[in-house]
Amino acid sequence: MRARNLIVFAAVIVALSSCEREERRFREMPSAAARRNTERLVTLVPGPYTPDVRVRNPYEHNAFAISEGKRLFTWYNCVGCHANGGGGMGPPLMDEQWIYGSDPENIFATIVEGRPNGMPSFRGKIPEYQVWQLVAFVQSLSGNVPKDAANGRNDDMQVHKQEQSQPDLIPERQPATHP
Amino acid sequence: MTFVTFFAGSGIQSALEPAGAHAARIGRLWDVFLIISAVVWLLVMIALFIALARRKREETPDGAARARTTVSIATAITLVTLAALLVASVLTGRAIADHAPPGTIQLKVTGKQWWWQVEYDDPDKSKRFTDANEIHIPVGVPVNIQLHSSDVIHSFWIPNLNGKQDLIPGHDGSIQLQATRPGIYRGQCAEFCGLQHAKMALWVHAMTQSDYANWLTAARQPSKIPSTPEQRKGEEVFMSSPCPLCHTIQGTDAGGKTGPDLTHFAGRRSIAAGTWPNRRGYLAGWIVDPQHIKPGSQMPPMLLDEGQLQPLLAYLESLQ
Repeated sequence: MRARNLIVFAAVIVALSSCEREERRFREMPSAAARRNTERLVTLVPGPYTPDVRVRNPYEHNAFAISEGKRLFTWYNCVGCHANGGGGMGPPLMDEQWIYGSDPENIFATIVEGRPNGMPSFRGKIPEYQVWQLVAFVQSLSGNVPKDAANGRNDDMQVHKQEQSQPDLIPERQPATHP
Repeated sequence: MTFVTFFAGSGIQSALEPAGAHAARIGRLWDVFLIISAVVWLLVMIALFIALARRKREETPDGAARARTTVSIATAITLVTLAALLVASVLTGRAIADHAPPGTIQLKVTGKQWWWQVEYDDPDKSKRFTDANEIHIPVGVPVNIQLHSSDVIHSFWIPNLNGKQDLIPGHDGSIQLQATRPGIYRGQCAEFCGLQHAKMALWVHAMTQSDYANWLTAARQPSKIPSTPEQRKGEEVFMSSPCPLCHTIQGTDAGGKTGPDLTHFAGRRSIAAGTWPNRRGYLAGWIVDPQHIKPGSQMPPMLLDEGQLQPLLAYLESLQ
């Protein structure tokens, strides 16, 4: 009886591990990541209180999109001002402080519209689905995504260089001297 | 021989039709192996049929002794032949690995998912330039190519000119090409490198020395200034859309480094690293829906308004 339970348990584990975690989309249709213009810059609204219409990032908690966002973060030179999230000329992105809001729609607006004091507007320069990938990555910087979706650490930010090569431990080879 | 050549494909991408000094060595080695293997096979077959024909029913002590002698002689011949082939192989490998001294033409080829970036080095910095998916080399001059990978392992292989050489991230390699006759040769990534590995080709143009000098002068120039109103409109479309964030056009503000340099785009044979010929219809399809042609590639689809695509194509076709 116990053996049968064990077998069933093992079978369930095997079956569950093959569950699809997420969908990896290679071909973005223009409408798939169309922007809904709903973000508010102020809390004041006319008339009675209306609840916020929340915009969901189509790539929320999607590991592939987050890793794509990480690549784009370098490619579009976000690292130039924000470094790898630690901040520099621009504010850090991996802390709890969000000047213009931490919701996906706020981050989207910040990238597309730009913000005063230096953040350029990327309107028309970055396709919208890539902006959403960047949003997913920026949110992951402050640990707001499940562990199974978050990126690994950068190779170049390890204490040692990439796996299997530790040039700082191997003495420089001297050029051969001919008599 | 013709039978084998027939199956090895056409002459622009074939190790059996060498057009370079190194490929010629590899071709000779192949001939040696083919001839010796064919002779050995024939001899073995003849010996087998003789043995079958002269088969005796009874085993005699005399026969056993003769069999021992025959097997010993055959083993000795086999060892000598294999050793000779090994020597031939090692000598060829050494000859291919021998690089000409520096001072010859220096290029740097970077493998990317899934295209090739080609940088032409020069002591004078103003004479350096970048190209993509095509290499131009003069005939008869050794060209040293430094190989670099920016993402995963690729392999650089121009069968008509030389053997394969891997591009390993963090570990630069090098290879030398020396064309012996002018022509256009096709190369291909020879190490599986992801989804679009099959669509990662490049062209080598081997040119006479004077043609090469002319080409070099033209390639160092910035792009042509658009001359017609349609081309000027196209340049505006290019600059106001996502294109310049990844692509460079020398002589304009577009300076992105992650995609292929488009300064002399119209002079290329193909688009998307040898995927399609460089003609207007294919180019339009590539700009509007690249993920249909090369799923997973880094080129995003462009949302262009009506009346933007044709001027953009006209502009790109003017980049001679």
